[in-house]
Amino acid sequence: MCATCGCSTDTHAPAHDHRHDHGHKTILHLEQDILQQNNLLAERNRGFFEGRNILALNLVSSPGSGKTSLLERTLTDLRSSIDFAVIEGDQRTSRDADRIHATGTKVTQINTGKGCHLDAHMVMHALQGMKPHADSVLFIENVGNLVCPAMFDLGEQERVVIMSVTEGDDKPIKYPDMFHSSTLCIINKTDLLPYVTFDIEKARAFIQQVKHDLPVIEVSCTTGEGLSQWYEWLKSKVPAAQEA
Amino acid sequence: MHELSIVMNIIDIVDREVAQAGGGKVEDVELDIGLLSTVQMEAFDFAWQQGVRNTILQDAGLTVNHIDGSAHCNDCDANFRVDEVFDPCPACNGHFIRITAGKELRVRSLTII
Repeated sequence: MCATCGCSTDTHAPAHDHRHDHGHKTILHLEQDILQQNNLLAERNRGFFEGRNILALNLVSSPGSGKTSLLERTLTDLRSSIDFAVIEGDQRTSRDADRIHATGTKVTQINTGKGCHLDAHMVMHALQGMKPHADSVLFIENVGNLVCPAMFDLGEQERVVIMSVTEGDDKPIKYPDMFHSSTLCIINKTDLLPYVTFDIEKARAFIQQVKHDLPVIEVSCTTGEGLSQWYEWLKSKVPAAQEA
Repeated sequence: MHELSIVMNIIDIVDREVAQAGGGKVEDVELDIGLLSTVQMEAFDFAWQQGVRNTILQDAGLTVNHIDGSAHCNDCDANFRVDEVFDPCPACNGHFIRITAGKELRVRSLTII
């Protein structure tokens, strides 16, 4: 049992061992969502964000697409106008959190151990520890994985899927669920386009097949090309500051 | 391997519901799993076998209802079956579609003896 929120993590002992020996069966019709517990905690996180006027974004991608590099650039370029906080999710190490910390941003690292995704429960505890400021923008960098994180709502308002031109241009139809559940797609490392076989028009067509209304922004964190478009999109999502 | 998380969630739900019903032995658990729900059944079966050991579901039967994916075309109003979220509308070949079923992931019922 988790002491902070009362959620059960002990699945080994049934709460009661009261057997009915009178030979009848009871059928319980539950119709209960299997991820209900996660979804409830996600709604709780969402309420926390709304109450504190925080824009929360869940950053998802395969490993190595440049999530952390995109964050480093964004935090450095926009820190004079936006108050940022970051939650980093990785199986092991605090290397990403160290990189974010070096930009002067408030950061918490979650290590999932063997886990392949962040869930709403982990994010809730991270929030309790870091206490992000009101009117801030919170990036949650998920574990690099295009499969499992798709199912787990963290309570974010926006889900940003990042792919890079060093990957296949058919990623969107190979991992459709992640693209289908996202609200923005960033194609990163466009400075490498002359050296790779990645076809950006094909990639855009695949993205449209999976989710016809998913906006796509092409960027290079190395040259800075396209970043202004990403910054405009981000600023358009930041809620107006609350009146004191 | 999110299938293991799903199995653990099912065990939590059953634990809670059986306790609320006053206890008992679970004879069968019935699940609805949509074919677009990102659950890979081989991985799920493996996770189930390992996950339910020494839990309330150890000896329970498992019934899984697989629910086909369906979609509605926003362009031509056709309703049709999909195997993938990116399947085009068979009537107009468009991708302006909305998924209407197949994402289910539910514990439908429990049989307690």
